[in-house]
Formats: sequence, C-alpha cells, structure tokens
Amino acid sequence: MTTLLQTPPSRVADDELQPVRRLSGGRRVLGYLTLGVAAVVVLLPFYWMVMSSLKSNNDVFTVPVQWIATDPVWSNYLDIWSKSDMTTWLGNTVLLSAVVTLLQVFTGSFAAYGFAKVRFPGRDVLFLAYIGTLAVPWQSYMVPQFVMMSKLQLTDTLWAIVALQAFGALGVFLMKQFYETVPDELIDAARIDGMSEYGIYRRIMLPLSVPALASLTLITLVTTWNDYLGPLLYLRSPDLWTIQLGLKSFINQYNAEYALIMTGSVLSVLPILVIFLAGQRYFVEGIATTGLKG
Amino acid sequence: MTTIADTRRRRGRVVARNTAVGWSFLLPNFAGFVILTMVPVALLFYYAFTEWDVFGGATWTGLENFRQLARDASFWTALRNTLYYAAFHIPLTLGVSLGLALLLNRRLRGVAFFRTVAFFPYITSIVAIAQIWNMLFSPGFGPVNEVLRWIGVDDPPGWTTSADASMPAVIVVGTWRYMGYYMLLFLAGLQTIPAQLYEAALVDGAGAWQRFRAVTLPGLRHTTFFITVLLTIESFKVLDLILVMTDGGPGQSTLVLSQYIFQKGFEENQFGYASAVSVVLFAICFVVTVVQFVVNKRRSA
Repeated sequence: MTTLLQTPPSRVADDELQPVRRLSGGRRVLGYLTLGVAAVVVLLPFYWMVMSSLKSNNDVFTVPVQWIATDPVWSNYLDIWSKSDMTTWLGNTVLLSAVVTLLQVFTGSFAAYGFAKVRFPGRDVLFLAYIGTLAVPWQSYMVPQFVMMSKLQLTDTLWAIVALQAFGALGVFLMKQFYETVPDELIDAARIDGMSEYGIYRRIMLPLSVPALASLTLITLVTTWNDYLGPLLYLRSPDLWTIQLGLKSFINQYNAEYALIMTGSVLSVLPILVIFLAGQRYFVEGIATTGLKG
Repeated sequence: MTTIADTRRRRGRVVARNTAVGWSFLLPNFAGFVILTMVPVALLFYYAFTEWDVFGGATWTGLENFRQLARDASFWTALRNTLYYAAFHIPLTLGVSLGLALLLNRRLRGVAFFRTVAFFPYITSIVAIAQIWNMLFSPGFGPVNEVLRWIGVDDPPGWTTSADASMPAVIVVGTWRYMGYYMLLFLAGLQTIPAQLYEAALVDGAGAWQRFRAVTLPGLRHTTFFITVLLTIESFKVLDLILVMTDGGPGQSTLVLSQYIFQKGFEENQFGYASAVSVVLFAICFVVTVVQFVVNKRRSA
C-alpha cells in the first residue's frame, strides 16, 4: 500500500530545469533595481492605504505628500465601528464565506471523484459541459440567472450568494486534476478489498487530497470574501450586506472622510491577507493548476 | 457454462451500477450547476428575442432587440470602450507579467518575497483597490499628480475626473491588479523549459536576446497563448473595476459592455434588451475561445 501511495519521482531536480546561472555584476544590479522598482509599484498603494488610515482627515491630501503619519490617529480604528455597521457586514461575510467554502469543497470533490474514478457512459461529455462554462463569462448570463433566482424567491436572501458561489465548475475541475494523479491500482485494490466507492472517496481520496482541498478552500474563501457583484445584485437589505457592499456604501455616504474610508479598507483587506499569507503555498499551487490546464 | 448472453448481461449490470454510483457522486454539484449555470445560459438565447413588461411577462419580439441594438449609440460606445480597454490591457499585462516572470526566474535574493507581494493586488477586494487608486489619482492633491509635477509635468491629467484620461487610469489599475496572477502562470511555464536547451544555446554562442528569442519564447508558446485567451476574456467582461472606480464616467467615457448589460438589466429592468447585449458579449468570448482552440490544434499538429 505505502509504495503505491508515494508519487512517482516525476519531478526533475530543480537545477536541471531552471536556467539558473550566476549573473554578471552589472546585470545583477539591474535585476535588483527592477525588482525593487516593481516591489515599490506593487506595495505603494497599500502603504498609502495604511498611512492614510492613521492620519487625521485633513492630513490625507497635503502638498507635499506626507509619506509618514507622524502622529498616528489610532482612534480611527475605534470610530469606524460606531460610524458604520462593520460588525454586521463582517458577520455576514464570515458566515457566507464559511458556508460557501464548505459546500464548494464538498460538492466539488465529490463530483470530481465521480468524474475521475468512476467509469460510466456520458461522463466525458458531461465534463466537457463543465469545462465549457469556465470560458463563459458570468456577466453574459447574470441577467437570466437573476430572473431564475427571482423565480426561486432567493433574491435578497443570503441563500442567493450561497447558490451563486457554491456550485462552481472550478472546484470540480481542480479536484479532478488532482484525483487523476492518484493511481487507479490503488482504487482497484480497495475495490477488491470490498470497499464501496463512497468508502474509497472518504477513507482514501479525501485524506490523500489534503493539499488540493487546501488550495480549493483558500481560493473559494478569497473569492467569496472579495465578491462585489453577486452581493450588489442580490443583497438589497442593509442587514444582509457583506463587507464589500458595506464599504462601498460607507464610501458613498462619507465621501470626504478619507482617513476613515481607508481605515475601513484596511479592515476589509486584513483578514483575507492574513489567510493568504498563512496558506500561500496552496493558494499559488491551486492557481497554477487551474490556470495552466484550463 | 457461461454463454455470451450471460457475460453481456453481467457487463450490462456492472455498467448500470457504475452509472448509478457515478451520478450519485455528481448529483450534489451537478444539480446546482444545471439550475444556476446551464439553464440561465440556455435561457439567455430565448430572452434575447423577447421584451418584458412591468409585470415580468416576456413576449417574443424576434430580432427587434438586435435591430434596436444596431441603432443604439450607447451600445456602440460601450463596445468601443471595451475594445479600447482590451487593446491596451492585454499587451500591457502580457508584457509586464512576462517581464516579471523572467526576472523572478533568476536566482536573486528577495524573489520569494516579491512573488508573495505581487499577489497582494489580486487577492485584495476591488472596492478597496478602486478607492485607494481614486485617491492616488486625485487630480489636485493626489500623490500621482504630485510626483508628475515634481518631475516637470506642468499640466498633469485629471485621471478619473476627465473624459480623456479616465480609461488610461482604469487600464493602469487593471494591469496593476492582474500582473501578479499572470506572472505566476508565466513562471509555471518557464519552469517547464529544460535547462539543457539554454546550455546548448550558450555553447552555440547565443547572446541573451538570441536565447530569449530561440529558447524562451518558443518554450512558452502554449503558456503565452493560453494567457492571451484568459486576458482577452477577462478584458471583455470587465465590470466590477469599472463600477467601483468610475461607474462608467465621466459621461460615457468608461462605459463598457458588461456595464451596459448591468444598466439595462438591473437599473432599467429591460431583461430582454439586456440579454441581447449579453449575447454579443457571449459571442465575442465564444469566438475567442474557438479561435484559440483551432489555432492551438493546428500549431501542435
């Protein structure tokens, strides 16, 4: 059993693949310079966000720009809770992210097992239908989908967002990619031992696919947390708003409170940033799998 | 003694059982997928030929929506703006992300750090991003224009407040947001090019540029092609970035196709007409995908 579980040494050692040579002095400096500039370009807007969130409102736009908040106004981070409905928005977002992720991971991996390891007529055609819709932009069918949801009376409920996000083809695709790397011999051995397909899924496939499950979990979490369009279409009542909708309405309402707006932005970004940093490896692997083979 | 009929029957039973088991695995996801994705996609092609009254009833009007579309100046503006966005966003993002990937494929210190950082824009919510950039682009006192003045630009653009500069501002933010994502895909592609090819080129006396032309680019052909398709579809469907950053303005200077669908469908409740615009968006993305498929097939054949 254990030998079967080990993946074959298909990976060539790092040094054989990568065109890594030591760069000459001048080009080395140039490389670092470009890297430095690129890092600044990427990070500066975030730096500006954090700094502005710690300024008093009058200090956000000054000539010349104050790049450092000399006298940080930490009270912004207290005021935002009383001036906005942050608690409700964050609560809704956490709830939605958790439910959607659970459903997506379960239904996605379950269906992926059917596609990858059970042979039955029509399977491949069906899978093509899944893949085909990955190329169809949601924006092109959001109108009929809205009509559909209205008929099911799901609009203006949190269920609309669950329905929207939980059954995506992405989860099926990502998990199927992974399951196909598990050798059929292993599954057949378990079948001969009398294990049912559901048993194989639960006791062999799920434990084996923890890295892929982690990828899917992270990608789904980030997508659901950041989704703006879904909630914009479906959640009309303020007590159902997610953090993205809430932040946008806060911006519209207090459009001159620049410092507070940035405080709210920091709070909306922070949780997902922490999650991303914690599970970076899985996130990146998931993107590389779904991206390149899609 | 087993007869042929017997084995056939037994095989039939195995197939039937497998089919039942297979479907039971698919069903939880498939049910949701059919109701929420496949049915709406199918309905789209019916709705596009209908008109909706205030009570939510649809009447068949044939090609009327499309005839109206052909005369609709706002639709053409939206289509033109979408092409404008695509024409700059695609090559710009392609170039920047490839450049970054090549840089990161070197053994420099800080590469791992940058790979992480480059992903920040992609995982940050669009609302926060649009707000930050709107403030950075603020014409009077924003840091972008301040820097421009400092380096000697006397009359810096008004960015999102001016009809001429709003689309460039959106393009800059779009590229900034997605470059880390595509960089990662390029990086994955670069890792599959065997080092022996570079060594052979080096032995043959090829310079850096020649190695790039003769080894890197051909090795990345599949990746580049795939990324181009992703980028094209992404450009044509751009919506949330526009909605939160400029809301299509000033005037109609950043109105794009998806936003026009959004306006007609959800602000004016013209589901039929909005569906007709959606069919155009669908058709564009469909053609792009098919062309990719055909060209890719021909190339690898």
